[in-house]
Amino acid sequence: MKTKLVAIVAGFLMLASFKPEGGLKVGDKAADFKLKNIDGKEVSLSGNFKGAKGAVVVFTCNHCPFAKEYEDRIIALDKKYKGLGYPVVAINPNDPAKSPEDSYDNMQKRSKEKGFTFPYLFDETQATAHTYGATNTPHIYILQKTGNDFIVKYIGAIDDNHEDAKAVKEKYAEEALDALLAGKPVATTKTKAIGCTIKWKA
Amino acid sequence: MLPQKAVTVVSLRDYQTRAIKNNDTLYVVNFWATWCKPCVQELPFFEAEQAKLKGQKVKFIYVSMNSPKEVAQVNSFINQNQYKADVLLLNAGNPNIWIDQIDSSWSGAIPATIMYKGGKTALFYEGEFTRNKLDSVIQKQIL
Repeated sequence: MKTKLVAIVAGFLMLASFKPEGGLKVGDKAADFKLKNIDGKEVSLSGNFKGAKGAVVVFTCNHCPFAKEYEDRIIALDKKYKGLGYPVVAINPNDPAKSPEDSYDNMQKRSKEKGFTFPYLFDETQATAHTYGATNTPHIYILQKTGNDFIVKYIGAIDDNHEDAKAVKEKYAEEALDALLAGKPVATTKTKAIGCTIKWKA
Repeated sequence: MLPQKAVTVVSLRDYQTRAIKNNDTLYVVNFWATWCKPCVQELPFFEAEQAKLKGQKVKFIYVSMNSPKEVAQVNSFINQNQYKADVLLLNAGNPNIWIDQIDSSWSGAIPATIMYKGGKTALFYEGEFTRNKLDSVIQKQIL
C-alpha cells in the first residue's frame, strides 16, 4: 500500500514538475502561422509580411491587467515601427472556455475600443503559442526577415515598468528594433516580466 | 471586530531575509495579485493547508505583485478574505532583474509558488495548484 502510494506520489510529482521544453530561442527560425484575424481573414507571416523587414509578434489578451497596461504601448510600437518595416501582429492564445473575456467576439470589441492599428489574431488551437513557447501575456517575439525566413532576434518584455510608461528606464523592445534597423546586434535578447499565465486548454 | 491586517511593502532583500532562513521550517511563498483570477482561486488552498498544519514547522507568505500604489486595495482585499498568512508586497524595481533572482526557471507568469527549507529553494512551481496537488507537494516537503 505504502509503496503504491509512494509510486503514485512520485509519478504525480514528475508530472507536476514537467515543463514544456523547447519553444523558440533567439536565433531560431520562427514557425509560420495562419490564424484568423478579428476581421475574419487569415493572417500569416509568409502571406501578409512580404514587404516587411520583420515582425513584432505579441502574445496578449483582453482580460489580463498587465496586457491592458501595455495596449497603448503596443499601439505606439506599431505606429513607430510599421513604417520602418517591423509591423506588430498580436495573438490571443487564451482558451475562452477558461477565460470568457478572451473570446473572439471580445477580441473584436477590445480592438475596436482601443483602436488597434495591427492585426489581432485568435490562436484557437493554441498551437502557435506552444510552438513559440509563449508563457505569459504580454510576451513579445521580435523577428527579422532573412530571405524568406523570419529569425527570432528578441524574446520577452516590452520594457521594464508595466505600471507606468513614463517611469520606464529600459525600453527593451525598442532598443532591439533600433539595433536591427541600424544593422547592429541586439544587446539584450531575452528578458522577463510579470504577467498573466496563458490559459491553456485542459 | 477582528484586528485589521496590513500588507508590508518589501524590497527583494527584505523578502529574502523573511523567507530564506537557515532553519528547519518550510517556507511556502505564493506570488499573486488581487486582479489575478487563478491566484485568488488558489489562495484558499494555501489557507486550508496553513490551518491543517498549524503547530508544524511550516510558514506561509503571500507576496503580492500589485503596484505599491495599490496598498489600500490589497489591504481591503486581504481583510475581506481574512487571510491568516503574512502578506508582503514586493517593490523591487525592474522585474527582468529580480524574477531570475527568485528563480531562474520562472517566466514571470503568476500564480507561482516557491518553497524554501534550510535556506535553500526546495521547490519552484509556476501555475495554479489544485487543492490535492498543493497538499501532496507540501506533504512531501515536510516528511
